[in-house]
Amino acid sequence: MATETHEATGHGAAEAADVGMPQLDFTTYGNQIFWLVVTLVVIFFVLSRIALPRIAAVLAERQGTITNDLAAAEDLKVKAVEAEDAYNKALADARVEAQNIVNATKAEIKGQIDDAIAKADADISAKAAEGEKKIAEIRAGALESVKVVAKDTAKEIVAAMGGKADAKSVTAAITARMKG
Amino acid sequence: MATEAHGAEDKGLELVFHPMDQFIVKPLFGDGGVGTFTITNVTLWMAITVLAIVALLVLGTSGRNTVPSRIQSIAELAYGFIRKMVEDVAGKDALPYFPYIMTLFIFIVFSNFLGLLPGAFTTTSHIAVTAVMAMAVFLAVTILGFVKNGFGFLSVFWISSAPLPLRPILALIEVISYFVRPVSHSIRLAGNMMAGHAVIKVFAAFAPMVLIGWIGVLVTPLSIIAITAIYALEVLVAFIQAYVFTILTCVYLKDALHPHH
Repeated sequence: MATETHEATGHGAAEAADVGMPQLDFTTYGNQIFWLVVTLVVIFFVLSRIALPRIAAVLAERQGTITNDLAAAEDLKVKAVEAEDAYNKALADARVEAQNIVNATKAEIKGQIDDAIAKADADISAKAAEGEKKIAEIRAGALESVKVVAKDTAKEIVAAMGGKADAKSVTAAITARMKG
Repeated sequence: MATEAHGAEDKGLELVFHPMDQFIVKPLFGDGGVGTFTITNVTLWMAITVLAIVALLVLGTSGRNTVPSRIQSIAELAYGFIRKMVEDVAGKDALPYFPYIMTLFIFIVFSNFLGLLPGAFTTTSHIAVTAVMAMAVFLAVTILGFVKNGFGFLSVFWISSAPLPLRPILALIEVISYFVRPVSHSIRLAGNMMAGHAVIKVFAAFAPMVLIGWIGVLVTPLSIIAITAIYALEVLVAFIQAYVFTILTCVYLKDALHPHH
């Protein structure tokens, strides 16, 4: 910078400084315009041949990727809903089936229980009837025995009291008493 | 700033104001005059501009990543910004001219920002540079208008929505304003760039006051604060002027493509 200042104040550019505004030093216009045109042409070709198509491609590709991703997400969402529906359906089916199995098993068990109860009832009533019959036999046996014992005892008592008992009247009396 | 300090030493510590020295076009090698093909500081800074543009838009996007890197994001942002501007302002049929407008914008915005580096040369602060671009836009738009619309392009001057007696007067004003366009278009950019840089330089000249006298204790901090503030403003201006130049180009292009108001 320092040396440049010396140059500026010393040599060619001094005229420009004297003018006041270097912008109005027309001797430099050709130079500036030449280099400006070169610069703009270079920039234009860099932009139109390389930079702008590349950026446009990147932006388009990004847009495509985003669109594809959104579509894929939509697909996956639909699939998820389908999967959920299938799950719910399977769950409902399983519930119904389980209910059916429960009902069937219940009915089967009930049938078995009913059978068993009926059989048991039949057994019980058979045994009760048999028992009653036996009781009746035993009761009849006991009455007969009581009649015999009563006759014998009555004969003995009559004999012991000095009476003479004929068997026929004693038996008749006993029979009459037992009925009473 | 080194310039001023050095100058001050030479002349026994007095304030030196050379706010316009930064705009001098001088040869990079040797002491000769400035010919058309001389390699000058203009060449240097335009070359740096091209390299910076290549670094951003070519090297920065070389990954072609679907998920962009930081530099690629900036390149895509610039692309989208100008493309949307062309489409919104000039219409969809202006999109074939997008590369030309992008070239202008990217050149101006990079020149403006590179010019803000200390010691840099601001190519867009020269009316020669901005006038060439503005004239190129003016000529291109005018020729394009006639090619696309024939003499129907002249209806751009005939305001059919105005009352009939007023139309010839308005047409005259429209014609004058049409031909003033390249002047305002170029001076706006060069003037903004030059003024900001010159003001920074003036404040910079006040900065070494502390070496000269006690008053410098006040002036030096103030001038440094002022430099900082103006610099911040210039960063804003650097972008806004590139934006304004570009959007005006789009507006002129719209007139050429759709001349009927």
